[in-house]
Amino acid sequence: MDYTIIIGLEVHVQLLTESKMFSACGTDFGLPPNTQTDPVSLGMPGTLPVMNRKAFDLALKTAVALGAEIAAFTKWDRKNYYYPDLPKNYQISQYDLPFSRGGSIPIPVRKDGGGSRVRLTRVHLEEDTGKLTHGTGGFSEVDLNRAGIPLLEIVTEPDIRTVADAKGCLEELRLTLRYLGVSDCEMQEGSLRCDANINLHIPHEGRTVATPIVEIKNLNSFRSVERALQYEAERQYEKWKRDGLTIHDAHKETRGWNDPEGVTKPQRQKETAADYRYFPEPDLVPVEVDEPWIARIRATIGELPTERRQRFESDFGLSAYDANVLVEQGEEVADYFDAVVKATGEAKLASNWIQQDVLRIAKETKVSLAEFPVGAEGLADLINRVKRKELNTNQGREVLAKMIETGEPVDAVIAAGGYGMVSDQGEIVAAIEAAIAANPKAMDDLKGGKKKPEAVKGFLRGQVMKQTGGKADPALVSELLDAKLAELIG
Amino acid sequence: MSLSRDEVTQVALLARLRLEPEELETFTGQLNQIVEFVAQLQELDTHDIVPLAHGVEVRNVFREDLRGPSLPREAALANAPKRNSESFLVPAVLE
Repeated sequence: MDYTIIIGLEVHVQLLTESKMFSACGTDFGLPPNTQTDPVSLGMPGTLPVMNRKAFDLALKTAVALGAEIAAFTKWDRKNYYYPDLPKNYQISQYDLPFSRGGSIPIPVRKDGGGSRVRLTRVHLEEDTGKLTHGTGGFSEVDLNRAGIPLLEIVTEPDIRTVADAKGCLEELRLTLRYLGVSDCEMQEGSLRCDANINLHIPHEGRTVATPIVEIKNLNSFRSVERALQYEAERQYEKWKRDGLTIHDAHKETRGWNDPEGVTKPQRQKETAADYRYFPEPDLVPVEVDEPWIARIRATIGELPTERRQRFESDFGLSAYDANVLVEQGEEVADYFDAVVKATGEAKLASNWIQQDVLRIAKETKVSLAEFPVGAEGLADLINRVKRKELNTNQGREVLAKMIETGEPVDAVIAAGGYGMVSDQGEIVAAIEAAIAANPKAMDDLKGGKKKPEAVKGFLRGQVMKQTGGKADPALVSELLDAKLAELIG
Repeated sequence: MSLSRDEVTQVALLARLRLEPEELETFTGQLNQIVEFVAQLQELDTHDIVPLAHGVEVRNVFREDLRGPSLPREAALANAPKRNSESFLVPAVLE
């Protein structure tokens, strides 16, 4: 399989407003059909749209955060088409003068790649459409609850070269939009929707051949984005090997992802762009955006995921991988980490405890970090005790488990469980001597060179820990054991 | 500039109008008269003129993001040519 995959994404996100884009109608998800409409969303004759200021501000915030250029002058256009998802027979959208152009989405570093940026073509604002359910009996049901909800369309350049990068780009976009608070980005609920354009560049007889572009629709989860792109790349390659058709021989095709069957299937041919007969929307006046407005918006943007990863690396000395694990799971996890570091001054310990214990247990018990029984303060308290050698790491784990189980703070768990690290040299030396005396075979193995010294030492360390009920300071045990063995063997 | 019968057929299709052959003939003629009339504007030199985005010189009209009541479903569906208890019904659209 010697080819390059070329992918561009077209993402739609619903903005988090109280009311629709052009009227005071609500924007809730999951209501019974047609209980969230008003004369404007129904496209009643004589109604007029009035732009929602919040929707425009959230759109600006997104574009500024993505590094896009904001247009000083923007207007609205009618995109005309006959389809029952919009009763007006046109969608209010933006055509030739979108409010923003350019910008980019960073793809976070993964173990198998990432690290590049995907350029944005444009970001524009439009109204969402209603929802059609294809029923039986020759009719489709139309629900207009969603019609008129403010929708941001984000279009990338075809800069993506691997399926994993496509997923990474989309995940980073979702994380950024959630940090910004502009959308809840729930793919299952349709507040984040993604279409993907894909074709292949295949080296053939000394030149590069491009396969026809396919737009894949109906991608309802991150998993389906990944699966559909993988499937489509392989399908295009096999098809090209059979018929040799290139981008010059065929129009762009629209295919829908069928998740249960795991295949893409052809959809109705799109009306071409010219057929939408875009023209300026006479019912909405243009918008002019000046520098003070952009500055006001910029001031509302906090630390973004990319900046946070960089801070975790540069200020805390975390690896790019660790920084990403803590950031990619959302603001909650990164805030938790920040709080633990603040209270302990131990970034690496905090990172290890959160990744290896807190996140693992939260995942196993299926709770979010907000619901996790041990807060940042509790974990910080525990880490401080490990740091002060009041507990060793294994004891710390046990204490954490009990804290989760009982909901008690560190102090109470330690008092009840009789934890406490033995750092008394005399006690440890006595335990070492007892372990050596009880295991003459280990000493013979060591002297006779039958086993590696490290293996024997590991075994003896284990015996010492056992004798002290797991309470001995492991670093001190190692040190004293080494000294003792050196003394015995020389 | 002149519109062909094929172009008028295409425009009629996009507007969901079904035209009889004689209507197509009539409308092609009428549409062409209109286009020719408007085409007089092309005599003007508009080289340095910024395209007009809107007929009214007003900018930045917004409403605050406040929620009002929705229509009762019965009222929303009242004018539907065909409906069931909760939705508008349209001839089946198959993807």
